[in-house]
Amino acid sequence: MTTTTPTKPTATAASTLDLTEVSRWYGNVVAVNNVNMNLGPGVTGLLGPNGAGKTTLLHMMAGFLTPSKGQVTLDGQPTWRNPAVYRRLGLVSEREAVHSFLTAYEFVLATAKLHRLSDPRAAARRAIDLVELSAAQDRQIGTYSKGMRQRTRVAAALVHDPQVLLLDEPFNGMDPRQRLHMMELLHSLGDAGRTILFSSHILEEVEQVSGTVQVMVAGRLAASGDFRTIRRLMTNRPHVFAIRSTDDRALAVALIAETSVSGVELGRDGLTVRAGDYGAFTRMLPKVALARGVRVQQLVPEDESLESVFSYLVEA
Amino acid sequence: MSTVSWITVRGLFGRRRFLLLLPLPVLLVGLAVLSRGLGVDPTDWGPPVLVGLGLAVVLPVVALIVGTGVLGAEIDDGTVVHVLTTPLPRWQIVLPKLAVAAGVTAVSVAVPLFAAGLLADSVRLGVALAVAATIGALAYTALFVAASLLTRRPVLLGLVYVLIWEGLLSNVVSGTRVLSIQHYVIALADRLAPTNLLGTTVSVSVAMAMTTLVIVATTLLSIDRLRSFSVAGETS
Repeated sequence: MTTTTPTKPTATAASTLDLTEVSRWYGNVVAVNNVNMNLGPGVTGLLGPNGAGKTTLLHMMAGFLTPSKGQVTLDGQPTWRNPAVYRRLGLVSEREAVHSFLTAYEFVLATAKLHRLSDPRAAARRAIDLVELSAAQDRQIGTYSKGMRQRTRVAAALVHDPQVLLLDEPFNGMDPRQRLHMMELLHSLGDAGRTILFSSHILEEVEQVSGTVQVMVAGRLAASGDFRTIRRLMTNRPHVFAIRSTDDRALAVALIAETSVSGVELGRDGLTVRAGDYGAFTRMLPKVALARGVRVQQLVPEDESLESVFSYLVEA
Repeated sequence: MSTVSWITVRGLFGRRRFLLLLPLPVLLVGLAVLSRGLGVDPTDWGPPVLVGLGLAVVLPVVALIVGTGVLGAEIDDGTVVHVLTTPLPRWQIVLPKLAVAAGVTAVSVAVPLFAAGLLADSVRLGVALAVAATIGALAYTALFVAASLLTRRPVLLGLVYVLIWEGLLSNVVSGTRVLSIQHYVIALADRLAPTNLLGTTVSVSVAMAMTTLVIVATTLLSIDRLRSFSVAGETS
């Protein structure tokens, strides 16, 4: 344990999780197909619809499934049949099974002891503090709500202060306040240099927690990187911008003359502009507005949401 | 007590299936007390109660309940992942669980068998049955812990072994007795307290060698299977 403060994760040496040409099949069903991935410090969202292969991929990363082909390594060490990796890796699986006959403190303390930590009691208290479960730590887990059980599992996964944390659908069953707290926690862990990967099929969750995504579709890694960048690279579909200015009509006339603009709609709340090239449009807009003496008051990319990116990728 | 043992004990006694351990030992002692009280000749009630019920039913069934409970139940409900996501070498998970399973089974079976042996013949027979049952408890639980890691239906596999292999085949086909823990236990008990109540069919040397082999081989198999433990094949 290197942590000294009770509620904030501290920075440690970074770890890297690498997947090289990883595939996993069950009989004739290919669950994961030739995935290459490199995960470093920060928070990454693993996004995809149900059945996309996210859980299978997470299980292989966590050493609970052997790849049919390829290799999964943590800092160069294979995760399969290698319990030593759990010194640096924590897992919160999707199944909410917890030893319901134990209290949260007993459960997290037992986990700390299994990790052979030098001060398991302090580590257990710190982890329980991190997930804000101190007030209920002496109640049996069987009496907890779904969200509290989830936080208990997160506390157990964090008790040894791992460099890498994998979470499968971590926001399931959490109320909005718990969800917000969990998002803050993941942010702070990522900021402290931890490698955090969480899966979700809910786009807003990923969008709020992470700018970096790995998008799985039908077992394949469909896209990887910053989701706004991914969207911008998809030049075959127009980018949609909402613009408000001091003279929307004059700006509309000017914009429609530009080759990078494929359509302009004038509405009560301003303009809706479709542009083929994100970069060309955003460079051109201020010049055109300045030339016409129009002041742009608001420019919002309307279809940069993760949902938009995701639906484009699924349709592709 | 190690943390793994502590969690295993809490899990075992925290589940309702623990209550299944009580009726059979009580029935065993009850029948022995009743037979003795009614003045029935021990040569008439000894073999069916001591062997037919005690060694052929109570010992393997209790071992099956406990042996599949210490690891199989955790695999079933997914809680095993919490223990497995720690850097403990897998033998440090299997051995404490096996020790708990064998210990609980031995206490649950050896005590009533001691009482039944005492009522049937002598303290020596009671001690012999208790010691042999303790060794048998270790062999059975090692087998059933391994079954928990080999199949998703360890109880069914265990019942097939106890009822079909040991209960039926080993009484009909003599060669199968060499692969029957029940017959090893009978042979060991008979060696410790020679009596005509048990009716051994396997030599002591074979029984001892095979018991050791079963315990060592199934334990090593369990450790290896736990190293390669895979979660259920979800594709979501």
